[in-house]
Amino acid sequence: MPKYKYLGKATQKVDALERVTGKAAFGADIHLPGMLHGKVLRSPHPHAIIKAIDYGMALKLEGVKAVVTSKDLPSLEDARASFGGEVSIDQEHLRKLFLAHDKVLFEGHPIAAVAATSLEIAEQALELIKVEYEVLPPVEDAFKAMQPNAPLLHPYLYPKTLGQKPKNPGNVATIMFHERGDAEKGFAEADVVVEESFETAMVHQVYIEPQVDAAQVEEDGKVTLWTANQGIFNVQSQLSSILNIPLGSINVVPMEIGGGFGGKIITYVESLTIMLSQKAGRPVKMVMSREEVFKATGPGSPGYFTIKVGAKKNGKITAAYIKMIHDCGAFPGGPTPMASLVSFGPYNIPSIKVDGYDVVTNKPRVQAYRAPGGTPVNFSVESTMNVLADKLGVDPLKFRMQNYAKEGDYMVNDQRYNRIGVKAVLDRVVSSSHWNTPWEGPNRGRGMALGFWIGAAGTSSALVLINSDGSATGVSGQVDLTGTRTSTQQIIAEELQMPLEKVNVKVGDTDSTPYTMGSFGSRTTYSFGTAVYRASRDALAQMKARAATQLKVNPEDVEYAEGRFWSKKDPEKAVSWNEVARSTITRGEGVVTGRGTVTGLGHAPEFTAQIADVEVDPETGKVYVKRFTAIQDAGLAINPMQVEGQIQGGVTQGIGWGMSEYYYYDKGKLRNASFLDYRMPTSLDVPMIDIEIVEVPASEGPYGVRGVGEVSIVPPPAAIAEAIYRATGVRMNKLPMTPEAVLWAIKTKDKEREPVAANGDS
Amino acid sequence: MAKIPLVFKVNGEQQEILVQPYQTLLSALRDELRLTGTKEGCSNGNCGACTVIVNGRTADSCLVLAAEANGAEVTTVEGLSQNGQLHPVQKAFMKYGALQCGFCTPGFLLSAKYLLDSNPNPTEHEIRLAIAGNLCRCTGYDKIVRAIQAVAQAEV
Ligand code: FES
Ligand code: FES
Repeated sequence: MPKYKYLGKATQKVDALERVTGKAAFGADIHLPGMLHGKVLRSPHPHAIIKAIDYGMALKLEGVKAVVTSKDLPSLEDARASFGGEVSIDQEHLRKLFLAHDKVLFEGHPIAAVAATSLEIAEQALELIKVEYEVLPPVEDAFKAMQPNAPLLHPYLYPKTLGQKPKNPGNVATIMFHERGDAEKGFAEADVVVEESFETAMVHQVYIEPQVDAAQVEEDGKVTLWTANQGIFNVQSQLSSILNIPLGSINVVPMEIGGGFGGKIITYVESLTIMLSQKAGRPVKMVMSREEVFKATGPGSPGYFTIKVGAKKNGKITAAYIKMIHDCGAFPGGPTPMASLVSFGPYNIPSIKVDGYDVVTNKPRVQAYRAPGGTPVNFSVESTMNVLADKLGVDPLKFRMQNYAKEGDYMVNDQRYNRIGVKAVLDRVVSSSHWNTPWEGPNRGRGMALGFWIGAAGTSSALVLINSDGSATGVSGQVDLTGTRTSTQQIIAEELQMPLEKVNVKVGDTDSTPYTMGSFGSRTTYSFGTAVYRASRDALAQMKARAATQLKVNPEDVEYAEGRFWSKKDPEKAVSWNEVARSTITRGEGVVTGRGTVTGLGHAPEFTAQIADVEVDPETGKVYVKRFTAIQDAGLAINPMQVEGQIQGGVTQGIGWGMSEYYYYDKGKLRNASFLDYRMPTSLDVPMIDIEIVEVPASEGPYGVRGVGEVSIVPPPAAIAEAIYRATGVRMNKLPMTPEAVLWAIKTKDKEREPVAANGDS
Repeated sequence: MAKIPLVFKVNGEQQEILVQPYQTLLSALRDELRLTGTKEGCSNGNCGACTVIVNGRTADSCLVLAAEANGAEVTTVEGLSQNGQLHPVQKAFMKYGALQCGFCTPGFLLSAKYLLDSNPNPTEHEIRLAIAGNLCRCTGYDKIVRAIQAVAQAEV
């Protein structure tokens, strides 16, 4: 008999109907009576001092109802007072990110915002605002930023590091040194040592729905904010701290969200919208344009890596070293800590040394992008492992079979792995039809790579209401990115043993639901799913107690299955679930509300192995991905169809990262801020993506579920790079691997290796 | 600027509204008629989220001036289901998991309908070509292509 009735089944997405009929209400679909339209004035300069802002003319334009600048923010002192005398540097940065105070730090940095009776009037008003800038030379990339005489973005920025505070401020935000074991000794013991360098580009999450929100501030100061963010409670706390409004006076209402991928955790226009509504006394809606999204939200960090790995002749790795530099844009907060954890994650290596740097530059402040920091470092490490395997004369799969990490082994951060599935995914490669189907012929190659992501857990909560007709409603503030409602329905149906049709799922606002962290970090099904499980169990226990009263037996003596309670001692004594439910609204202990909450589950690491077949056109350098398989450990796939879909989406983003996507900056200005020039994969750029799910139960949480959302984006560039090498004999060490870059590499293969223009523009 | 009258048929219903001379068809549908099923992802013809059918052919409604649609017949996602019956492409997208966030979905549905109306038996490549103007960031296109194949093979 199968273990579960509703879990592990490809049930239909709960909210699919409203999405195929156009009824789902996304952020931009909101329309409030008397609503004004907001628009943001943004800096054309990447680096400048704001000397003066004059918006008098704009205010005079008919239809303009409010203009705000940083002068309208509560002072930092006030914010400090409400935070008990401490404003962390991060809060200050959060304020300065959504609205430039005295300095512009990237092209597109907001300077002011206008609310008007129409979008056109708001746009006209922007043109009437006069800003006097003192233009400064931009800090264009991480290397220039680290030079001793580089212009400083923040004169007060000292690197966050263990040990002494450096004497002078600089553009280095974080320095990380870490060593486990003795790397020097490990390299000395190695028979073969390889060292390689890599570079990756800045890329964007490219959710198809631009950032959008609407705000309404009442006369008593209460705020309602409609937004499409990955977490309503993180929005609430960001706004409260930025605007110095009590948390409880802000109600955040989640609209359907058109993709996030990590880019919609932080707020951008929300504070401005609220400030405009405060000033104008009317609701205000703000929609970002695609160009604004590209220029002024948070892309994924570009990285620079040097990697050294040593191994014995028998193939066993003895030591590894990585130096990484991440460009984190205008404010600190790059992915170096996570990237260091991901780096050698799939391997068991006795000695590891890490040097990491997060550096600020005049670009938008980077944000999370699906397994943030994972893809660039994985591309670099996996490519180096392939070079090493090649030198050792072993096949890349065999090499990995000799060195994979297992339960009890150390992670880079000195913690030990709990139960993990690296071996399981490797075994599946060995037996997969893809790996066993030859891919031969000129200009063809196959590559494989491993990927790792640690995943988050965090705090989650959910309620399960039992309605008087016996149906159940799952209620929470958990934003549904790609299927949370559906897995919630499945879990409740499983635990309450009732048909899916009897389970409704509702995502509510911050006023009406208990705190739950946002939907990010692969945490939703894992941690929130645990809360739903607990809430369901709680509801069932309460129902049992009520049934016990009705059956006049002890609650411990009540059994439940499939809509029926009975006495263990006397199975004839029975009452139906529906009868008990009906009685809750009229007598006894009253209505049943199951509560579930969880904090701090342990990690449920995600591992994947991916296989790519490519064909390279030697005339043009164009790489065609002809076949792609992702094998991933899902712990338990609650809904295999959704799991597959999420993996296919992640793989496709990884293919884009590897082959065509990059931010092209020229003197600090973004030159490709449109879908035409920033090339994310279309349906013609990818093949069908085959998915094989393996299930190694996670150590904690119900059912052994692991998060699945992120790791799929990690290995595609590495797998494709290896396939290109097998097809052409050239190793691509720079992303993206555009046709120009591949062609250049092929043409110069036999000459001394020159740096490849990753942008394909030189 | 003075508004101009626009008389057209949307999802089979006659509509008479006033629009700005610079207003797009997308804006007329969303902001004037409140048919918000049609989405805006880029406003410059690159993402296909705003795809509608105008006089039998797909168009990016963000690139069409509302005034140009005078006298036209427009189908939006809201007009796909008929008499309470979902269109086969809608059913297939639901059944085969061809949507995640769903923001791109209305555009894909109309591109798919247009393809299948003109070519009931498309190859995988023809399907991919027909939806190449619609960007989706969530699905990797796999399940979308399969859903359209299923409609062609009457498997919904
Ligand atoms: S909104 Fe029309 S194509 Fe993107
Ligand atoms: S389903 Fe999210 S963009 Fe297509």
